[in-house]
Amino acid sequence: MDHQPPKPTRVYYFGTCLVDLFFPDAGMAGIELLQSQGLTVVFPQGQSCCGQPAYNSGYRADALKVARAQLDLFPGDDPIVVPSGSCAGMMKKHWPDLFRGEPDEAKAVQVAARVWELTQFLVHVLDVRLTDKGEPLRVTWHASCHAQREMGVVDEPKALLRQLANVELVELKREKECCGFGGTFAVRHPEISAAMVGDKVADIEGTGAARVVSGDCGCLLNITGALEAGNKATRGQHIAQFLKERIHGR
Amino acid sequence: MDGNAPDFAAASRAALADPQLRGNFRRAMDGLMTKRAAQFADQDEWHGVRALAASVRLRALSKLPELLEKLEENCTRNGITVHWAATTDDANAIALDILHKANAKLVVKGKSMVTEEMHLNAVLEKDGIEVLESDLGEYIVQLDGTMPSHIIMPAIHLNTKQIAHLFKRKIKDAESREDAAYLTDLARRVLRAKFQAADVGMSGVNAAVAETGTLCLIENEGNGRMCTTVPPVHIAFMGLEKVVEKLEDVPPVISLLPRSATGQPITTYVNMISGPRKEGEKDGPREVHLVILDNGRSTIYADPELRDTLRCIRCGACMNHCPVYTQVGGHAYEAPYPGPIGKILVPQIEGLAKRGAMPHACTMCNACVEICPVKIPIVEIMGRLRVEAVKPGGTVKDGGAKANRTESMVWSGWAAMNASPTAYRIATVAMSRLGNVAPSSLPMLKEWTNVRTKPRFAGRTLHDLARAKGIPDV
Repeated sequence: MDHQPPKPTRVYYFGTCLVDLFFPDAGMAGIELLQSQGLTVVFPQGQSCCGQPAYNSGYRADALKVARAQLDLFPGDDPIVVPSGSCAGMMKKHWPDLFRGEPDEAKAVQVAARVWELTQFLVHVLDVRLTDKGEPLRVTWHASCHAQREMGVVDEPKALLRQLANVELVELKREKECCGFGGTFAVRHPEISAAMVGDKVADIEGTGAARVVSGDCGCLLNITGALEAGNKATRGQHIAQFLKERIHGR
Repeated sequence: MDGNAPDFAAASRAALADPQLRGNFRRAMDGLMTKRAAQFADQDEWHGVRALAASVRLRALSKLPELLEKLEENCTRNGITVHWAATTDDANAIALDILHKANAKLVVKGKSMVTEEMHLNAVLEKDGIEVLESDLGEYIVQLDGTMPSHIIMPAIHLNTKQIAHLFKRKIKDAESREDAAYLTDLARRVLRAKFQAADVGMSGVNAAVAETGTLCLIENEGNGRMCTTVPPVHIAFMGLEKVVEKLEDVPPVISLLPRSATGQPITTYVNMISGPRKEGEKDGPREVHLVILDNGRSTIYADPELRDTLRCIRCGACMNHCPVYTQVGGHAYEAPYPGPIGKILVPQIEGLAKRGAMPHACTMCNACVEICPVKIPIVEIMGRLRVEAVKPGGTVKDGGAKANRTESMVWSGWAAMNASPTAYRIATVAMSRLGNVAPSSLPMLKEWTNVRTKPRFAGRTLHDLARAKGIPDV
């Protein structure tokens, strides 16, 4: 990122449907991290989903209907922060394509341009400084494909983890490789998905980390599900919740 | 699924059940990714050469019809006979016609993916013509009676031990030695005799230069040079997208190709073929033919979004970086082009009725897009094919072939739920409170829970928590 945008006083928060259903505490932690930096966080109650599941399944009209239902929830110019690289990527990168030629295309493009992935926002806009109050802990970082390759978020989350004095970050050997979730891929091709998450779990185990931290709940459902099913000691956690716990000392 | 459609799911299950195969691919792909990364350690240089190569391919495609005419004109002037084939049947008929006229009994071939697309070997064998693959990897898979599992490294699915066993079984007087140098030398001796006896040599084309009528062929084993210079007749096969405008367009392509594919700075051999043997020359074939195959490419070309598929220079780097390909290998796709490029090219060539499942064999991780040396938006094209598979009226062959009333109703229901805040609230509250009692035997949950625990609904949604904590709504 070649420039530091002005620090806003108010942001919107788009929680995502997976966070809503499976990781609401991580969602709340993201809101609290933003609040701790003095921001007013607005959570429009009318929000649901970015439309990605239908978009990637070939049902673009259904995706459009869902995406369109979000458009009016974020009036003005305030940034929209999303605790997921994948959903942020859908909004930022794919909404302009999805709305191309539609009457509300301009609005969609305007909204898309304001979307930030959470860690990207914490690092590049807020320039946060974290004080670690937790016990010494070894962690590893799982990079989601869409955070890396659609949002360009590679170093930001690791930079945040490295700010934590008592946290030792051990990187994965194949950090850039997909965990095998892939939305409907995991159920369309369960065996391949299982093989992929198997390699991922082995890589995580190899780091000796007590915690695998990630910024995407799709990956987390997949990886933590596989860790638990394999009775592994490592736990998975969303980065928002992990950071919040560390700065509060629990 | 219709009767003759390849079943990727079943084939991949079989591949996953073979630990030897999985180990071979995992090791090979890890090694290839590392070697490629070393080639592009300088990111600025990578972005520069990549932009150059992509622009060469884009410019060529932007004037494709004109360049193809110029290519034909200049090849003809150089003494190369140009043949146009609309379909693979046409291309096979052209090949047979040339072979019959040359009274050919033995053909030696260099690597050519277009001839794989044509199933040429089977056609020739049926006609009683002996055909021998001379690229070492292709030779191995031909001996084994299988097909290439990678477009650059056809026998990458086998290790030295397996190849030693194969040679022992298939080659007379072969010793049982798991030694790559010995095995290569053995193949070399078999092939050398065939090069000298062959009536016709065949090859692919990496780039055909419109302004000069030159066919460029890169390779590592020298077999390509043998095939194109020793036999009296040479037939080169290319897809119609392989043309480039100028001679100076060749270096970016033939440098990025091996660097991306195998992590080599350059291939051992770079052949520039400019026609048959001329008066007074001491070597070279007396006839050179160029067969230019369409096979659905002009339909791809006509669609501005799908046209990018034709930028491909066939380096295979997308396979090396594909986490799905790495797990299941190339044979699972049962297609001439496996991996990411195969998942977008093959459905367009063969149609969505037969290949509609292929674009779904992908997690959309974008690893291929990140390393593609000519910047093909593979995943965007994949998304487009997923749309066309269920929606008739597009430009892709057999559009709508995978339309499914149940699936379509599920997505309409999903959209209705997510487009209405009230419906969403009711549904998510219900799922949060009751979702955890869903039995693991439910269709999708069953697949999920084979290797994972059931996802646990949190009980309260983020909407609930935000409201309870007084987070403002506007």
